[in-house]
Amino acid sequence: MSKSTSTFPLSIGPTHPAFKEPVKFSFEVDGEKIVRTDMDFGYTHRGIEHVARERNFIQVIYLLERICGICSVSHPMAYCLAVENAAGIEVPPRAKYVRTIIGELERLHSHLLWTGVAAHEIGFDTLFLHTWDIREKVMDCLELLTGNRVNYAMLTIGGVRRDIAPEHYGILEETLDYYRELYNRTREILLEDLTVQMRCRDIGVLTYEDAVALCAVGPTARASGLPKDVRIDYPCNAYPDIEWLRPASPRDIGKEPRGDVFDRMIVRVLEMKQSVEIVGFCLDNMPDGEIVVESKAIKLINQLKKVKGDGLGRYEAPRGEVAHFDILDEREGPAQIKVKAPTYSNAAAWAVMFNGAEIADIPIIAASIDPCIACADRMTVIKNGCGGLSFTAEELHRLSVEKQKRIKATCGNS
Amino acid sequence: MRELLIVIAFSLGLLVLGIFLGLFIRGIDRKFAAYFQSRVGPPLLQPFYDLEKLMIKQTIIPENSVSWIFRGAPVLALASTSVLLIYVVLPYLYYLHGSSGPFLTAGDLIVILYLLMIPAISLIAGGFASGSPYATVGAQREVVILMSVEVPLAIVVIAVAWKMSQAAGGAHPFSLLTVASNPIWTGMGPMGILGGGLLVLTLMAVVPAETGKVPFDQAEAETEIAEGLLAEYSGKYLALYGLADAVKSLAFTALFVVLFFPHGFTDLTGFRIVIAGGDYTFALDILLFIVKVIIVYTVAITAVRVAMARLKISQAAKLFLITLSMLSIAGYLLIYLDPRISGL
Repeated sequence: MSKSTSTFPLSIGPTHPAFKEPVKFSFEVDGEKIVRTDMDFGYTHRGIEHVARERNFIQVIYLLERICGICSVSHPMAYCLAVENAAGIEVPPRAKYVRTIIGELERLHSHLLWTGVAAHEIGFDTLFLHTWDIREKVMDCLELLTGNRVNYAMLTIGGVRRDIAPEHYGILEETLDYYRELYNRTREILLEDLTVQMRCRDIGVLTYEDAVALCAVGPTARASGLPKDVRIDYPCNAYPDIEWLRPASPRDIGKEPRGDVFDRMIVRVLEMKQSVEIVGFCLDNMPDGEIVVESKAIKLINQLKKVKGDGLGRYEAPRGEVAHFDILDEREGPAQIKVKAPTYSNAAAWAVMFNGAEIADIPIIAASIDPCIACADRMTVIKNGCGGLSFTAEELHRLSVEKQKRIKATCGNS
Repeated sequence: MRELLIVIAFSLGLLVLGIFLGLFIRGIDRKFAAYFQSRVGPPLLQPFYDLEKLMIKQTIIPENSVSWIFRGAPVLALASTSVLLIYVVLPYLYYLHGSSGPFLTAGDLIVILYLLMIPAISLIAGGFASGSPYATVGAQREVVILMSVEVPLAIVVIAVAWKMSQAAGGAHPFSLLTVASNPIWTGMGPMGILGGGLLVLTLMAVVPAETGKVPFDQAEAETEIAEGLLAEYSGKYLALYGLADAVKSLAFTALFVVLFFPHGFTDLTGFRIVIAGGDYTFALDILLFIVKVIIVYTVAITAVRVAMARLKISQAAKLFLITLSMLSIAGYLLIYLDPRISGL
């Protein structure tokens, strides 16, 4: 690595007040300006994919819920969709609607949480406490519906585990009204505050071209004007029924997308409103009927034991697309499981965003993609110390082809 | 000789009281901030508990620090802020009491301007001596803040001194006694009051910058550079900085009060409080002074820090060097033009 005399290295992380999870950035800084960025992941790797191979189909759901505390619907959802896809299980309509409601409530609380974190990163603690205060309402609602504030244990293969009881409808409607009333005020605080604009406008810009080239997903991509949303592009659950659903974009409030931190904030604010409306739609059009295909776990596992094949599950997590690829091989559990988290896709965009930014922008840019390091840490290097290995694209491709062959050989899948 | 001893005794007493009051006002500030953020907040005496805890904590001196500067900087910061507090408050108390003394004309705005810089400079020295990149970045930012804040602050002081030179017939225009006995608002037309208002606004923006609070806490910015200047400080030395911060906040808000709202109880109402032959006006004046300090503290520090995000260092420098300098110059011009316009 050639070192310029006018720059100095600044490494931030693995633990730093700006990051909620361990990740390490090595910057090359010229005064207050960043000229080069390097990232190092792997500090929260827990080998979940490996552990998943040792467990049965039902246990894996609860394991995957614990990949990350905020995406505790998204990961099981993608996994269940993948297994259902592989086994050809058709989920009852009512279960689809319940899944959608839980998923959207999770999105609402996740975006509120993000707003608070972002406000804290720019030193605006009042906004942080305000958003976390109003987030309590949806957390209470989730606790009422599922019994837990996080790790809801709501989903199962072929449906959901708990129904939304008639007495819950009123409370849900009340919660939705609470957020509808708050929407204008929250929007005003977030999008019209001068200091927030000073800290977020034209900071961490990801252009449309870069967003396409680096495969950004979720609100990060939508803020750059890329209309990309799994809920609309590959609809699952109740989303096919919601005809008015469109990817949120700063254009919705008459602003041309610039792909900066502020646009990501706009997109998330719009998505909160969207989530509230989606839950309202689901409550109004809730179909009757069963909530699960097979409620007995043993029977379900025995059924899945006969399946040979693979399935892909895609779901729009609050942070972007989460995809699970599962291979079923006539075993009690998945023979192979691969998790692709949204942060994994968006991390590459960080390098572009940090380019030319100031040191003061580091926390808010890092937070702007709503990173979930625990979701993205799917490997770690322990042999040569962290950061001791580097691969080119060809090498990585070769390695993945080799691994694929190895997996197919062990699974006996031709 | 006896007078000198009395001054020394008063100064020491004032310092002890100042530290207590400074910490107590900090408690009030935290309680108010908690109220604005719909929290319960810590007890009023939390700053005292924090101090007590820091005093019994281990003090770590980083290996690659310049040890004597690292140790000396907090002491210097506390010493200079203590002198600042005495310089600002003691002459004012003499004035309120109506007595004369050798210290009466000692409080000089120019000296105070320099005294204000010393705590910041010792913070910077301590930061650079810490040998940590975070502290270095913090120290660089503190230098920028220090340099940019001086400009509007100096203009405000010059404007006040100019007004004093008019009001007091040219005698000791920079003396705090003159400022206190001739409130800036007396004999002002509407234009002058507008000008004075602009000066108040400028000084309001300077208060959080001088005391290192949001939106001008770039040098400490927790989420960006992990408390920056103070990153390597711990235990007793951190406690000293905490004390220096509390005393400086108190001294600066007191300076604000003396510059713009020096009116004592008698000035406001025109009569004195005499109960059973004893004159309690002075006690009431001190109480009024403390209330005024708390109000200024709450408005200029607490309300601002809960309502704003932290600015970037470039934005803060631009704000002080351009916007607030312009604002204070406009205030000065309005005050300057006021007697001429009103005289027509």
